[in-house]
Amino acid sequence: MSTRTILDPTGERTVAERARLARPAALEGLTVGLLDISKPRGDIFLNRIEQRLNEVGASVKRYKKPTFAKPAPIDLRHEIATECQVVIEALAD
Amino acid sequence: MSKPSLPEGLVVVVKRDCETCQTVVPVLRQLAAMGDLTVYTQDDPSFPGDPAAIHDADLGVSWHHEIETVPTLIKVVAGVEVDRTFGWSRTAWEEFTGVSGLGDGLPPMRPGCGSKSVDPDLVDELNVRHGGSILQSRRIEVADAEDEIEMMFTRGWTDGLPVVPPTEQRVLKMLSGTTRAPDEVVATVPPDLVDITVEKVAISAVMAGCLPEYLPWVLTAVEAVCNDEFNMHGLLATTMPVAPVLICSGPGTRAIGMNSGINALGQGSRANATIGRALQLIVRNVGGGRPGEVDRACHGSPAKLSFCFAENDAESPIGTLAGQHGVAAGVDAITVFAGEGPRGMVDQLSRTPESLANSLAAQLQAMHHHKLVLGFDAILVLSPEHARVFAEAGWERDRILFELHMRLTTPAPELERGAGGISEGIPVGMSTASLPKFRPDGLMLAYTGGGAGLFSSIIPGWVNGEMGSKPVTREVRY
Repeated sequence: MSTRTILDPTGERTVAERARLARPAALEGLTVGLLDISKPRGDIFLNRIEQRLNEVGASVKRYKKPTFAKPAPIDLRHEIATECQVVIEALAD
Repeated sequence: MSKPSLPEGLVVVVKRDCETCQTVVPVLRQLAAMGDLTVYTQDDPSFPGDPAAIHDADLGVSWHHEIETVPTLIKVVAGVEVDRTFGWSRTAWEEFTGVSGLGDGLPPMRPGCGSKSVDPDLVDELNVRHGGSILQSRRIEVADAEDEIEMMFTRGWTDGLPVVPPTEQRVLKMLSGTTRAPDEVVATVPPDLVDITVEKVAISAVMAGCLPEYLPWVLTAVEAVCNDEFNMHGLLATTMPVAPVLICSGPGTRAIGMNSGINALGQGSRANATIGRALQLIVRNVGGGRPGEVDRACHGSPAKLSFCFAENDAESPIGTLAGQHGVAAGVDAITVFAGEGPRGMVDQLSRTPESLANSLAAQLQAMHHHKLVLGFDAILVLSPEHARVFAEAGWERDRILFELHMRLTTPAPELERGAGGISEGIPVGMSTASLPKFRPDGLMLAYTGGGAGLFSSIIPGWVNGEMGSKPVTREVRY
């Protein structure tokens, strides 16, 4: 009888594992993306980070999610990935 | 096992444990003598003896060819069944075979008996034996010394309560609740964006404790939440204490025993409790949405175990929430809403609709924060006694909503940050006009509950609209 066999309730997906990029030794000369997730006052945090990054010689690009309540659109993710070497996300208020 | 083909000519399926089968043995001899008759026997391999029979020992022939009655006489041409008759009727058999003078001396007609392949004690096992191959999910063996309930806790597949082990037998039975194919893809479940089949939905429905007749409702709920409009991903990931709330209506709710009376939002109804639970198990196990991982809720809510209820649309003086979203009366439907657990609202003294509307509006204004407006929707669940106050005054759904909206506007300066000594609020200078608490479609009405109680319940929503989640209403697909 089959009472001792059960069916897998999960999605049974095979996860693609990708190695993380090596952490850069310094930020000087790199382009750093700052992603505002559209939570109140995230801009205050990111403005200060931008200032600090400029001080160490990094150039900064600013991005913004349309809403904090949904994942970043794929085009935005692609844009950041192609334009930046590093990204910092301002999570919440 | 694949479907066994039937031999050419006439095929008859019988069993000894059937008086009609015993009665027709002389007829079988007559037909066998003319050639091209194959006899399958379900129980005793020595029956009928003459003519000799093939023993359908594992009932595979009977199961695959959907024999419900014995004797069943089948005509096979070029490997394909072209006709069948069952029971004994001289007229029918003579017409079927083209042979006259069958069964002289026998009664003209005898009804058949139940086929062994549909014996209630055997059918579930046969479904697994012969139909189990339609199930694509990985089989997991449970060791003899292992308790399957504990094993499922250990693997992280439960919501904290025990789940029913999804055996092949139970899942096949669950699948009988829908006409949809087990391998049909129903939706893509966040957060891992995994395509889910009807079979995987059925597995979670078994685990949640559903009956097969609930499955169409679970399937509809899955479709309703897994889309960009409803935004199940965001609802799961938010720090707010919100869950997918299922509001069901239509005659089907009564057919499956959903409760829309006393304790309608509470415990004790299998259908209410397990349909919502099945959806959450799917988000957890198929979508990969678990607390502490993508689920970041600060407090969470008991509503996240299951928050599913039925409207009492048969007696509602204000129609249904699905009706508010355009579904015709009498059609089974589910509305999914990103909401919190219900909060009670007491007014036992209002006997005029104006007084009751004033009361309800005051409570609705306070929802989430009295100074936060337009960002959240709500469902107001009217009890029969509160709804009666409106009904007796002739206020229908649209009038109730209009009157509530009228009472739910506040001068913007009173809502600003810092106003009233409270930092929370809308940005200073955002507006000088009065602002409504709700966007135009942001307040919804539902009707359910026991006959006694001058209370209503408010289900506050999560971030609304394009920014967050929109309520989605779907007709139930069977």
